[in-house]
Amino acid sequence: MSAGLVILAVVVIATLGFFLGRSRAIRSAEGDVRKLHSLPNYYGQTVFLFSAVPALLVTFAWLLLQPLYVESQVSGMITASDIPEGGSLSLVMADVRRISTGLDLAVSSGNLTEGQFSAMRADTTDVRAKLGELGVAVASEVKQNVFEAAKAYRAQTGTLRMAMTVVALVLALGGALLAMMRITPEFRARNVSEAAVKALLILSSMVAILTTVGIIFSLLFETSNFFRLYPAKDFFFNLTWNPQFTGGSDLGIAPLLWGTLYVSFVALVFAVPIGLLVAVYLSEYASRRVRSVVKPAIEVLAGIPTIVYGLFALITVGPLLRDYFAEPLGLGTSSSSVMTAGVVMGIMLIPFVSSLSDDVINAVPQAMRDGSYGLGATQSETVKQVILPAALPGIVGAILLAASRAIGETMIVVMGAGAAAKLSLNPFEAMTTITVKIVSQLTGDTEFASPETLVAFALGLSLFVVTLGLNILALYIVRKYREQYE
Amino acid sequence: MTDATSSNIPSGKKHATSLVAQDARTKRRNAAEARFRAYGVAAIVVAILALIGLVSSILYNGSSAFRQTFITMEVYLDPAKLDKDGSGNLEKIAKVSTFGYAPLIAKGFEKKFEENPNLVVEGLNAKKAAKMISKEGPAELRRMVLANPALIGQTVKVEFLANGRIDGYFKGRVTPETAKLDKNVSPEQLMLADKLKEAGLLKTRFNFGFLTRADASENRPEAAGLGVAILGSFYMMLVVLCLTLPIGVAASIYLEEFAPKNWITDIVEVNISNLAAVPSIVFGILGLAIFINFAGLPQSAPIVGGLVLTLMTLPTIIIATRASLKAVPPSIRDAALGVGASKMQAVFHHVLPLAAPGILTGTIIGLAQALGETAPLLLIGMVAFVREYPAAPPEGFFDPAAALPVQVYNWTQRSDPAFVERASGAIIVLLVFLLAMNAIAIILRRRFERRW
Repeated sequence: MSAGLVILAVVVIATLGFFLGRSRAIRSAEGDVRKLHSLPNYYGQTVFLFSAVPALLVTFAWLLLQPLYVESQVSGMITASDIPEGGSLSLVMADVRRISTGLDLAVSSGNLTEGQFSAMRADTTDVRAKLGELGVAVASEVKQNVFEAAKAYRAQTGTLRMAMTVVALVLALGGALLAMMRITPEFRARNVSEAAVKALLILSSMVAILTTVGIIFSLLFETSNFFRLYPAKDFFFNLTWNPQFTGGSDLGIAPLLWGTLYVSFVALVFAVPIGLLVAVYLSEYASRRVRSVVKPAIEVLAGIPTIVYGLFALITVGPLLRDYFAEPLGLGTSSSSVMTAGVVMGIMLIPFVSSLSDDVINAVPQAMRDGSYGLGATQSETVKQVILPAALPGIVGAILLAASRAIGETMIVVMGAGAAAKLSLNPFEAMTTITVKIVSQLTGDTEFASPETLVAFALGLSLFVVTLGLNILALYIVRKYREQYE
Repeated sequence: MTDATSSNIPSGKKHATSLVAQDARTKRRNAAEARFRAYGVAAIVVAILALIGLVSSILYNGSSAFRQTFITMEVYLDPAKLDKDGSGNLEKIAKVSTFGYAPLIAKGFEKKFEENPNLVVEGLNAKKAAKMISKEGPAELRRMVLANPALIGQTVKVEFLANGRIDGYFKGRVTPETAKLDKNVSPEQLMLADKLKEAGLLKTRFNFGFLTRADASENRPEAAGLGVAILGSFYMMLVVLCLTLPIGVAASIYLEEFAPKNWITDIVEVNISNLAAVPSIVFGILGLAIFINFAGLPQSAPIVGGLVLTLMTLPTIIIATRASLKAVPPSIRDAALGVGASKMQAVFHHVLPLAAPGILTGTIIGLAQALGETAPLLLIGMVAFVREYPAAPPEGFFDPAAALPVQVYNWTQRSDPAFVERASGAIIVLLVFLLAMNAIAIILRRRFERRW
């Protein structure tokens, strides 16, 4: 039976168990539901849980572990001579898997019988051509050992699959029976079922942790692979970025880091004053009507996907800056530049800065404003000398969050900043960032195990560490500040 | 009282400055006040102008993508070419490739020129004129014949897509001057296009194909459409919805209603707020490493995209759900507990239904965010050129597909300027979807939100 069918069968058994358990509970109370500890549905639910949960858990664990086990068994059959020049055991094993699915297909479509192919030998028949007919492509000529391994693989998988079906069904039936036997009017079915629901809730909240662990683990794992192929010292201190397909690449992070920081700096120089002034104006000066129009309009900017900003940079801002600033000033001829990406990213960050600072400014107590007005200060003096200093930690937090956004932003720089890794001061020149290179190194056709591809993971880890640090710092500052006034 | 007033009697010393005219310092301070106000207004104007500039640039560049130039041509489906032995055998007809159909279209032009000498342009023979029709034209004709072999031997009137350059001529992208330098189009063809328009054979009209067709290759931008991308994005949103809603709601219920205050809960909370701020591209790396390399799921499949976007939207939905659970007053819980409900029953029977509108709104906004996300999808292979529509779910979740924002990116990477127009058009489609989703969220909030 296939895995899907097994799961379906378990669910069907469990559902039947639900109805049987329910009616058994009612019968055990001689039809008088009030005599039961819990409502009858809860009794049904306990049966369902006892039947489905262990069976499904075992099935999933089995599905995960079975390929690993079978592979470790079968890979022993492959000798060093079967591995082609430049290939690896994992590639041969991929062939083994493919041949075995091909054999499955052949049997299920009636092209071969079980007896026929167990007698078949790779050195006498053309297995590759035969599989090709069925639409299964095998990379190289099939060697006898590999073919035998594939047969063993298929046989073992088959037996284990059979065993899994039996175990799962026995567990489902056994669990249902056990739960049925426990049903008495005194049985606290609701507590059991609610404990299960609670476990489910806890599991769901662990998904967030799992995600973080997954991110850190995958980044660390591949980064350590990268550093085994490319020295960490060169990665951090080499000043050139020049990946080569043929090897001997220079993969220094410095130019990328410089580009990232430069673009983010331009973006912040653009976004912070504007965002801050917008926030101050809206919270201190604007009438209710102006506020009700302007605030949502600026928040629309925050809801626009970054690909839209990227296209805006590519087709409008880039050519504009090139034709009216860069070329007349003789600073460059490229439409994608640090300035282009920075300005567009600045627009993207305006609502981010303004809504965060708006919150902080509104949290400054009214008494402080009143005190300042009472001393004769004008509104702008109050803002500059009382409100902003009082809100400063929160505003710094907002700026740090905006900076972390800018550093991690991808689409705008991919489409606006260019692809040349340079250490230059000219803002109208094309430069590149960490995120751009992650995209370009991972979407290319290079082999996965090469340093040119794996460097993307090291770049990703650097990015993750930097943004995480900024976020934690920002949250810390904002939290500390909040405690002062509440 | 009297003492106090008496002490205020001017002592004969005159006030140094007038009370009516402002002194220099007050003037300076008031000017600074006015300046500061003006800065604020200027900042708002800059922000609003940026928004207007962004939207109008996209609309200006993209609205023409919804209109397309079509050429109507009568084509004689010559049995001598298509069905040589006259057997009507479908397999044999299928052996005639698209190259076999191109001359038929040229013949159609030849016939038109004979019937209507007005159309003849010097230096342009029928074969060159037929180049005005999209390279997709013969393929379309072939599909038509294979679907209905009885057409062979008849003369059919077909509305073909015009070549991208001819289309660009009517949209102002191509002029006779640029045509001289362009090897894909000649000024004579443009003249013929004008004449065809006068004769009513060439029309520019709304292009449904842009929404339904699959992507097309580099040199036929006129045939490229968003069909596969819209379907792929829709599949991904289905996956995201089916996973984030239950997981997000369950996690929020636990954290808001059940979780004890201890260090584990603290870690989970810090984790969620940090995940919300992790750059989206890092999620792409996670998807590549875990779902594709480790779990062996297929590249560019909606299921992988959906899983990655699920992990990204989860924090948004958890934050929104927790806010709306918090907004339900404790008296509701107390009342439920008071009549004998268990804590679980109080939450699931009373608190959750009352929080549902807020949860729904948060979910829709989270989905809208996921719909526009591009960077992580680039890393999991969504950039691949996909021409086939994915199958119906559930198999379709594992078929290669495109996604709307990635399709935009793809088109901007191509050299033909007609693709820039298409990319902007695709952005308009994306923005319309986002606008609709946000409007639904706002309406839901207005209609069902309860203030306690």
